[in-house]
Amino acid sequence: MSYMIGLKCRECGRVYPKEVVFVCEYCFGSVEVDYDYDAIKRVLTKAALASRPKSLWRYRELLPIDGEPTVGFFSGFTPFFRSERLAEALGVRELYIKDDSVSHPTLSFKDRVVSIALTRAKELGFDTVACASTGNLANSVAALSAWAGLKRYIFIPADLEMGKIVGSLIYDPTLVAVEGTYDEVNRLCAEIGAKYPWAFVNINIRPYYAEGSKTYGYEIAEQMGWKAPQHIVVPAAGGSLVTKIGKALKELKCLGLISEARTKLYVAQASGCAPIATAIKDRSDIVKPVKPNTIAKSLAIGNPADGYYATKAVLESGGWAESATDDEIIEAMKLLAHDRAGRDPARRVHRALHHRQRAQDPGAHHGPAGEGRADQADAGRIRAESRASAQRRRGQTPHLRGLTPLEEERTWL
Amino acid sequence: MAVKVRIPTPLQRITNGQGEVACEGKTVSDLLTDLERRYPGIRERICDETGKLRRFVNVFVNEEDIRFLQGDQTPLKDGDDVSIIPAIAGGA
Ligand SMILES: Cc1ncc(COP(=O)(O)O)c(C=O)c1O
Ligand SMILES: [Zn+2]
Repeated sequence: MSYMIGLKCRECGRVYPKEVVFVCEYCFGSVEVDYDYDAIKRVLTKAALASRPKSLWRYRELLPIDGEPTVGFFSGFTPFFRSERLAEALGVRELYIKDDSVSHPTLSFKDRVVSIALTRAKELGFDTVACASTGNLANSVAALSAWAGLKRYIFIPADLEMGKIVGSLIYDPTLVAVEGTYDEVNRLCAEIGAKYPWAFVNINIRPYYAEGSKTYGYEIAEQMGWKAPQHIVVPAAGGSLVTKIGKALKELKCLGLISEARTKLYVAQASGCAPIATAIKDRSDIVKPVKPNTIAKSLAIGNPADGYYATKAVLESGGWAESATDDEIIEAMKLLAHDRAGRDPARRVHRALHHRQRAQDPGAHHGPAGEGRADQADAGRIRAESRASAQRRRGQTPHLRGLTPLEEERTWL
Repeated sequence: MAVKVRIPTPLQRITNGQGEVACEGKTVSDLLTDLERRYPGIRERICDETGKLRRFVNVFVNEEDIRFLQGDQTPLKDGDDVSIIPAIAGGA
């Protein structure tokens, strides 16, 4: 039973069949999945949910597939817990962490979007999937497509952290390392995408893929006892996650599963790549692209696809944004090392933000959405990356990070 | 003054299925005018009612997004490559 009606342009309202369409043919606006919410309301009750397995597929009616899920049975439903020590350090009364650093199978929230994208790709008849990635998405597509028996092509900037590269290579994809920034990799993929019969998860089947981020929002509400928090701080790169968390809470309100959805949304970015945070702070609906320069590589998207929608979602919610310097991110990593939520620089960004903002309101919620494998973001590596950023700032060509020999790496420890 | 223009899939119906066309123009703005002359109807798909590039369209001249150059006044020279790309693509 499918509750997915079709696709609809967010800008001009034109409708499209639920096939491989990712932008409105007329205005290039984003197309979104449209559901039969009346039908969903009849079946998706708290009682029904309580009896379902603890994975993201428990919200299946609100996800864009026609048949049964085929990928990611163990993804989602990550821990949600109160963090007293961090709350104290930040001067916040009540603080929770939604910890996707233990996401199955690749330790970032990307397993959510990829589970949905690959299930849908199979339904649409694809036998090959692909993506452009800053690292976490690459790992998730590599792992889950191996599981799903799909062929895989993964495009990354050549200077990714070694841990991220190994995390993908272990699943034997065709890994294409492109000399350039993520934005350049993404442009390449957007241009070649149409030439190959592949499901590019974040390009041609993006409307389905992006819906996966909603499960992060559903879970927060359910794990809070069917309540929406007062504030949610979200790290942003492309801007999709924060946008979809906002959408998820609105959907739960419309289905009667929560009584209020007045959560204020906050975006955290690295100062070296803060196009969305800048637009929010300028209260502008124009997101100016930037050239990223930060150690938070998972967030290094200078030209965010959903920047406009993220800015809108945050400002309409009454929220705000902040950016953190690389030094602040490293400080926040140390602070977090005393907490239990992992050490991906991407996640340190919003920790640093929170630290700086010292949100006065209670009920703040933190969304560390990335993985915390200690081997990937140890202090030595961070220092080495800082050096690479500094070199880049000085106009020197940094090492191909992924190819730095381990011995040399050690000298930085 | 031939410039190669890469056309995104949603607009290829207007260019008779061609993914790449040759056009002329001293600036990106001129180029769009020439594109419209050759393929009537294409301009309104790329630009809004006020003539500005649509929010969800990115234009590149060779390696660079024109927002880092001079926008639609970015100069063009013989042999340049121009790409028109939907902005809604990608995400980590
Ligand atoms: C760990 C982590 N957190 C947050 C994000 C931000 O998500 P989005 O690109 O949807 O803004 C990403 C990836 O982009 C990520 O890898
Ligand atoms: Zn439209």
